[in-house]
Amino acid sequence: MTYLRPSFRHPEQPINELGFTRKDYEGALSTLCAGCGHDSISAAIVQACFELSIAPHKVAKLSGIGCSSKTPTYFLGNSHGFNSVHGRMPSVATGANLANRDLIYVGVSGDGDSASIGMGQFTHAVRRNVNMMYVVENNGCYGLTKGQDSATADVGSASKKGEPNPFEAIDLASIALQLGASFVARSFSGDREQLVPLIKAAISHRGFAFIDVISPCVTFNNNPASTKGYEYVRDHLAATGTVDYVPFKQEISASYAEGESKAVTLHDGSVVQLRKADPELDLNSRRSALRLIKDYRAKEQILTGLLYMDEDSQDLHEIIGTSKTPLQALTEAELCPGQKVLDKLNDSLR
Amino acid sequence: MKRIEAVNDFVIKFANVNGTGSASANNMFAKALFRMGLPVSPKNIFPSNIQGLPTWFEVRVNEKGFLGRRGGIDMMVCMNPQSMAKDIKELESGGYFLYDSSKPLDLRLLRSDVTFIGIPLRDLCRREFSDPRQQQLFRNVVYVGALAALLDIEFDVLTGLVADQFQGKEKLITSNVRALELGYHYAAENIDCPLGIRVERRDAVGDAILIDGNTASALGAIYGGASVAAWYPITPSTSVVDGFDKYCKRLRIDPASGNKNYAIVQAEDELAAIGMVIGASWNGARAFTATSGPGISLMSEFLGLAYFAEIPCVLINVQRAGPSTGMPTRTQQSDVMACAYASHGDTKHVLLFPATAQECFSMTAEAFDLAEELQTPVIVMSDLDLGMNDSMSPPLSWDDQREYRRGKVYSGEQLEAMSERFGRYLDTDGDGIPYRTYPGAHPEKGAFFTRGTSRDEYAVYTEDSAQYELNMQRLLKKWQTASTKVPKAEACNASGAADVGVIYYGTSHEAAREAVDSLSRAGIAVDTLRLKAFPFDDGVAAFIDSHKQLFIIEQNRDAQMRSLIVNECLVSPRRLVPILNYGGMPITARQIESDICRHLDENKVQPLRAAKETV
Ligand SMILES: Cc1ncc(C[n+]2csc(CCOP(=O)(O)OP(=O)(O)O)c2C)c(N)n1
Ligand code: SF4
Ligand SMILES: [Mg+2]
Repeated sequence: MTYLRPSFRHPEQPINELGFTRKDYEGALSTLCAGCGHDSISAAIVQACFELSIAPHKVAKLSGIGCSSKTPTYFLGNSHGFNSVHGRMPSVATGANLANRDLIYVGVSGDGDSASIGMGQFTHAVRRNVNMMYVVENNGCYGLTKGQDSATADVGSASKKGEPNPFEAIDLASIALQLGASFVARSFSGDREQLVPLIKAAISHRGFAFIDVISPCVTFNNNPASTKGYEYVRDHLAATGTVDYVPFKQEISASYAEGESKAVTLHDGSVVQLRKADPELDLNSRRSALRLIKDYRAKEQILTGLLYMDEDSQDLHEIIGTSKTPLQALTEAELCPGQKVLDKLNDSLR
Repeated sequence: MKRIEAVNDFVIKFANVNGTGSASANNMFAKALFRMGLPVSPKNIFPSNIQGLPTWFEVRVNEKGFLGRRGGIDMMVCMNPQSMAKDIKELESGGYFLYDSSKPLDLRLLRSDVTFIGIPLRDLCRREFSDPRQQQLFRNVVYVGALAALLDIEFDVLTGLVADQFQGKEKLITSNVRALELGYHYAAENIDCPLGIRVERRDAVGDAILIDGNTASALGAIYGGASVAAWYPITPSTSVVDGFDKYCKRLRIDPASGNKNYAIVQAEDELAAIGMVIGASWNGARAFTATSGPGISLMSEFLGLAYFAEIPCVLINVQRAGPSTGMPTRTQQSDVMACAYASHGDTKHVLLFPATAQECFSMTAEAFDLAEELQTPVIVMSDLDLGMNDSMSPPLSWDDQREYRRGKVYSGEQLEAMSERFGRYLDTDGDGIPYRTYPGAHPEKGAFFTRGTSRDEYAVYTEDSAQYELNMQRLLKKWQTASTKVPKAEACNASGAADVGVIYYGTSHEAAREAVDSLSRAGIAVDTLRLKAFPFDDGVAAFIDSHKQLFIIEQNRDAQMRSLIVNECLVSPRRLVPILNYGGMPITARQIESDICRHLDENKVQPLRAAKETV
């Protein structure tokens, strides 16, 4: 069904192809701490959805529990949202996706939510290749419960309380790569130029698109001893290259020199371009991504950008062969076989 | 010696070793009696193990149609030397013991009040079949053949069953019939046939079918319109999803594309299973999961979310003996409290208690309507006995005029026409049930944020006490509405006024029915009330108020349903005398009868004399 939107707009506000302004993609006012990295990610999601000209009501946003998981309230106010329970967003998103394959699924989680309590569900959503964007807003700590170390905190990194973390860090991007994620990227909440196109590409990707976004917690984890604070991250960034996302209808500009850019065409015809990529990085090779993550880490650098992409992967629906019509749209006549079939069945049970 | 003499009324038990192929032979035996028009209730008693441990198969034959366990064994077919001593002991005085006489019987085991029937099954098979695997497998078929002679089973019925089972596999048909004949002839020629217990053809099953509750639940889910199933394997619930898979493959494939009009996901655990169900239901599909005790414990957090955020979901709990891993292959009704109040905080859940396979079908289908109408979890409380054993059931039926009750959902058109603000948790018509919307319904209206945190009527987060209380009160109102929508408890009154009332639920049904019949013939009038759902309808309190002496029959240690009644109907626990069976085997009619009689005697209760028959 289609509905006409009222035509009046403030003349200066840019509108997208659907006639929406950026404001139409915003949500309620954030209640997070001023300066929290998570808010920057929300803003990047708003920008990406606006630029992609997504109909807001065709997005379902889901999250677990944590400061990060609160953020879906703060973007896409015209989309249905689901703030589930701690660490269990992946299963709710999987079920939602099974019911309606025609919506766009945006999952937001935290490092506690995904790397600790929800590690099991996270890994299984990856291996099922659920068609969704899955963003972890990674601050290396539990923000909402006041700053405990999370499982992504680096060894030796210290939160505000000062105790250095004695345990090895879990790198969710590496894990996603190992488990067969079909799109893996890493970014920094403070780098909107990199983040917005990555989000656009992740949303357009068919299959599980994972973005680990380092997102400093200004209240509990933004101090000199933390490796996930603003300053540390700024000083230790290394990027795979600048990512451009080109929608299907837009012509790909040829302003980049051969050899400096790499283009990947997505299933819907849109194109992801990686400019001035690290020559070592082969976007279609998990091994290459895993090795580079390690190499940079050894140099105490965080490799950001698009790390891996398999544009031809089959998502969960294709793997299990469900109908093209969303299951939730099947009619009673399609679902219920009726008495005649039961009669036969009864006969076979005598 | 006085031998047991009975026509069409006895209990026979098979003692086997699991993994030896006895199950299909035993099923053939039960089905043969069924096809002779005799009500049967076969029960598998199996270990939590795949191969090599004792397993039993108990078949009750009862012309009058009582299908619960009676108690006591009249004939034992013992194929397991491991359990033989115990099996012999278990026999009623005057009973019959059939064993493989290829090896001599340990004379110390003999009982003078039991008839021993030796048939050299192993030797017969060795002579007839060359392949050692066949020798093992056909031993089971040979004893079924011998039983045909011993009990007067119509041989044609057996060969008919073989033909049905192995349709198109002529070789198998021939060898199976050969094995049947082997046993039949040996028994006919060497033993005085028939025994004191035997069968005669009757017309006592009508158009009944033989089906297990889990298959019936699976069909109920298909007919109820479920399109998403998420689960994690656990005995005894696994066959619910197996059945759903099997019948979906037949009934839910889109003919044009070959695609599936359903999705089944084997989740990583029960938390994920119920999470997927909640996600799918939130998004407008009918979804369910099936599990048992340990899974219920894991699903509790999510059940609380579904209760509080008001998301429909259907859960089939095939109960087994707890606590913890308990006895995974034995039956109990011990998750009543865990399910009724699953999750932290003030939560209550709608429960349905099927007593028969037919109700597994109808209540599972109904569960989807109730869950969507009430926007809350509905748990179908089956158990291992009902779920995994074939039982005689009226044929499954579906009213083609019936329409799914999808509950209060605003469509895109309705939202478009709305001028007021949509309030997800607004009680617009006083029954405590608000309207919901599916994601994607309308571009600008109807979106809301689902959350497990407190919120106002418009789904906006709030920590305001008044708003929180308002919402909790509305949920109670909805609970009240639920009590008018769930199936009502079923009262069955003795003719004339009785002051003894018996309350029971689920699989205690058949045994209770038989015990009450027997009591009434002994002159004790008993009224019964079968609970079919939680919340309780008004009839439950009324039944309690109108009886002086009340019993409650349960298959758990702690009389959990009594606690629930005491809590919800505000009655004194002293009013309800529990009759409990929790050893893992289904309750028997004899136990119920004797427990009731003992209590009445001890307390010098003079029950009213009953009129001859109960109604
Ligand atoms: C089952 C359960 N255990 C504990 C909590 C408490 N809790 C809420 S948020 C949170 C940690 C969140 O950390 P993270 O996912 O990293 O989010 P952040 O706040 O850092 O964005 C915890 C432990 C809970 N809500 N549920
Ligand atoms: S506590 Fe940290 S993570 Fe939470 S809102 Fe504040 S800055 Fe953000
Ligand atoms: Mg965190």
